[in-house]
Amino acid sequence: MTWPSRRRTASPYDAGRATKGHPVTLGDLDDDALLDALQRAAFDWMLENANPDNGLVADNSDDGAPASIAVVGFALTCWPVGVARGWMDRNRALALTLATLRFFTHAEQGGDETGTGHRGFFYHFLDMERGRRVWNCELSLIDTALLLAGCEAASCYFDADTPDEAEVRALARALIASVEWPWALDRGDTLSQGWHPETGFIRYDWEGYSEALILYVLALGSDTHPVPPDSYRAWRVTYQWEKIYGHDTLYAGPLFIHLFSHIWLDFRTIGDGFNREKGITYFTNTRRAVQIQSDYARLNPRGFAGYDANCWGLTACDGPGGAMNTADDTGRQFLEYTARGAPFGPDDGTLAGWAPAAAMPFAPTTAMAALRTMLHRYPGMLRDDRFLGSFNPSLPGEGPEGWISPRIYGLDQGLLVLMIENHRSGMIWDLMRASQVCNTGLRRAGFKGGWLDE
Amino acid sequence: MNKATFDHDSTDPRLELRRNLRPDDWNNPAPAGPYNLVVIGAGPAGLTAARIAARLGARVALIEAGAIGGDCTNIGCVPTKAIIRSGKLYADARRARHFGADAAGETPDPALALQRVRKVQARISRSETAELLKSEGIDLFFGKARFADHRSVRVGDATLRFLRALVATGGVLRPPAIPGLAEIGFETVETLFDRDTLPRRMMVIGGGPLGCEMAQALCRLGVGIVLVHDAPKFLPEEERDAAQLLSESLARDGVQVHLNTTAVSARTTSEGKEITLSTGGDRFAITVDEVLTGVGRVPRIAGLDLAAAGIAADPETGIEVDDFMRTTNRRVFAAGDVCGGHMFTHVANAAARIAVRNALFFGRQRLSRQIIPWCTFTDPEIAHVGLRADQAISQGIPIKTYTVLMHENDRAITDGEETGFVKIRVRQGGDRILGATVVARHAGDMLNEITLAMERRIGLRALSGVIHAYPTQSAAIRTAADACVADRLTPRLRRLSGMWMSLLRRGG
Repeated sequence: MTWPSRRRTASPYDAGRATKGHPVTLGDLDDDALLDALQRAAFDWMLENANPDNGLVADNSDDGAPASIAVVGFALTCWPVGVARGWMDRNRALALTLATLRFFTHAEQGGDETGTGHRGFFYHFLDMERGRRVWNCELSLIDTALLLAGCEAASCYFDADTPDEAEVRALARALIASVEWPWALDRGDTLSQGWHPETGFIRYDWEGYSEALILYVLALGSDTHPVPPDSYRAWRVTYQWEKIYGHDTLYAGPLFIHLFSHIWLDFRTIGDGFNREKGITYFTNTRRAVQIQSDYARLNPRGFAGYDANCWGLTACDGPGGAMNTADDTGRQFLEYTARGAPFGPDDGTLAGWAPAAAMPFAPTTAMAALRTMLHRYPGMLRDDRFLGSFNPSLPGEGPEGWISPRIYGLDQGLLVLMIENHRSGMIWDLMRASQVCNTGLRRAGFKGGWLDE
Repeated sequence: MNKATFDHDSTDPRLELRRNLRPDDWNNPAPAGPYNLVVIGAGPAGLTAARIAARLGARVALIEAGAIGGDCTNIGCVPTKAIIRSGKLYADARRARHFGADAAGETPDPALALQRVRKVQARISRSETAELLKSEGIDLFFGKARFADHRSVRVGDATLRFLRALVATGGVLRPPAIPGLAEIGFETVETLFDRDTLPRRMMVIGGGPLGCEMAQALCRLGVGIVLVHDAPKFLPEEERDAAQLLSESLARDGVQVHLNTTAVSARTTSEGKEITLSTGGDRFAITVDEVLTGVGRVPRIAGLDLAAAGIAADPETGIEVDDFMRTTNRRVFAAGDVCGGHMFTHVANAAARIAVRNALFFGRQRLSRQIIPWCTFTDPEIAHVGLRADQAISQGIPIKTYTVLMHENDRAITDGEETGFVKIRVRQGGDRILGATVVARHAGDMLNEITLAMERRIGLRALSGVIHAYPTQSAAIRTAADACVADRLTPRLRRLSGMWMSLLRRGG
């Protein structure tokens, strides 16, 4: 990995970085330039992998990979960042956003096995060209929510009084209004994780602290089909408020759980009933989750290579399971793509190199120390300055990274663009304060304080 | 290698078991009525009740249709824990290099393991033989009991009149409802331990405690295990993290796990027993040599003619009892699995003690006042007592959980047994223990300290003052208690403490 060596246009932060005769590595950059480089590379990946005709974005870098509607939601939120950073023309962003919203607005919604959605929800994975369901995947609640959060971000950003921008707002509003959230309660208290046209609802619900916070906020905030506030209370029944490694924390193992909803919602100064009872915000809780990742890696109870206080990243990510097949001589099993977590596991020595950068808004000192350490030790965890899905230094490989995921994931790239932006400017958080549906949803969930009361 | 055996007990354990627990030449005594207490069923509840009553001078009759010891000794706790121990040995042997030994040559011998199971059963049966019970003054009857009327029971031709009776007939395995399985045959824990060896490939259907225990133990003994469970996580009564650790442990042992999967049909092919499974709309078949199922249990009430005694019962939920273990017949009590609910030997024991006290001494003891722990004896063990977090929150109780990872415990580290945790749940802002979950290699033993504290209403902070021998794994409980004590040090107190220290320094 050398710098500069990639297909990319110059960034304002490039100036003065290249030193004559010496390729500059990412690790040589100062903090701002480093984050800018990583954010820009991730943004470019999103742009390169978007279908301009329908706005769909590939789930990952594999040839023929389908689109993930969650990645589309991230992408819709990334385009405004690109415009603000000067990486993308506003008109191009607008065109891409309109293509996306028009596609989903006119998509097949009959619940067919090869359709695109049902009752306002969408299937998790769609083919990139026609936008039809692939892999017999589920009609996904959380991924629909992440898509809609992107629609709402676009709606907030494109606020000009022009026909095209007005259309963005109208289409986004209509898409959000068309979701029949109460249907997904399936006569229970909490939202189901999904639905298959072949077998009906998935048998487990969104219960307990998870990335579904944004899902409940959107479902509560709907002005056409809201779920009752009781569903949010039911979701919280399985919250785990624990003292772990000396930190009072609302526990969830995988780091991404503590990040996804925070892309759009600024939890720094607002709190729900749970927050008030425990005296903690969800924002502070994510900071503690980062510290628990660091503490766990420092203790390294399972004896994996590389782990220490500045080398962590247990989250949902690719894994060597398929490639490495079985156990090593200690009987340790290696998993495929799965949600790894600290401190209860699963943990197979696989780390997501992008995790510290994504945690920058919450624990900048801890996260930057880890980012720099990992970049120094494991430069091969990136390809063209983009983090590959994960790596596992406990397993054999060509470099110190050991096993390296062969692909780049859209979710990771989108998350990096948006979290780094929130760290740098708070742009998405500021943007979303204007969201009617999020404001209503947060209030119905019992959130108060801070910017919500302004 | 020295192959000499150090087990000089050459008694055939099958013969000894039968001689101890169901002697062929047993002659039922002539009924001496009326009895203070007639106990139907000589399992854990019945034995406990009969022995206590006899010790207290009651005239006691004990009726058993099968063998003394009930499911616990014959098909349940005792044989399963014995085979788990063998499995644990081989699991350790596979990690021997990490402890500085070479045990590569040690391979499981299922036949020897099964032989040991029967020896263990025979060994334990020596404490509850028919002759022993007779010598304790209990009139022991073998045969099927049925109520004749509100005050008498018939066994064969004999009629036993009673002042009080206790029904403790236990439970029976629920027959599986998988089309074709009955036709091709299957194993249950009732038949498994009578085998001379184990099959090469086995499917375990049901991921409850017993299913998980057997899947892991048999896998460790070299059986290729497929574990099928129809829910997204194992052990429906346990919290997510416990089930998660168990899933990882099962996978590490080599168990092929299928969650969210239902067995829909079974047939025999030239390759073996083929079970068709369904998950999320997909169907696929797996062929094995044997199927272990029937892990659910229903109360055993058939043939008792409970209606003749005016005892209300339901085939699914068992005999209807109040909190004092009394049935709808005021003279008849019931205890153990026949009452449904928590089907554990220790609960049966506790219920039997309450029933005897209430039946013979006009006691008013309530089962609901008992703190009931339980443990799933997988590796790691999963032990639980009291409320789960979600149960407390559902009841509107604000709680806080003190979590100690076993990898923070020195003894767990020295023993290479770092998988697991101690979680103790207290009322937020206080230290009254509401519940606990321990996942650890010896979680069942560790939990007892917490159960004692709950039973005697000892707060968690008080456990911080109890000196625990170092290094022990149960010191993890004290670590949790220390964290609870530390929480009292509020920022204000810390400031005050800092001021005091400052004053001391100034004073020289």
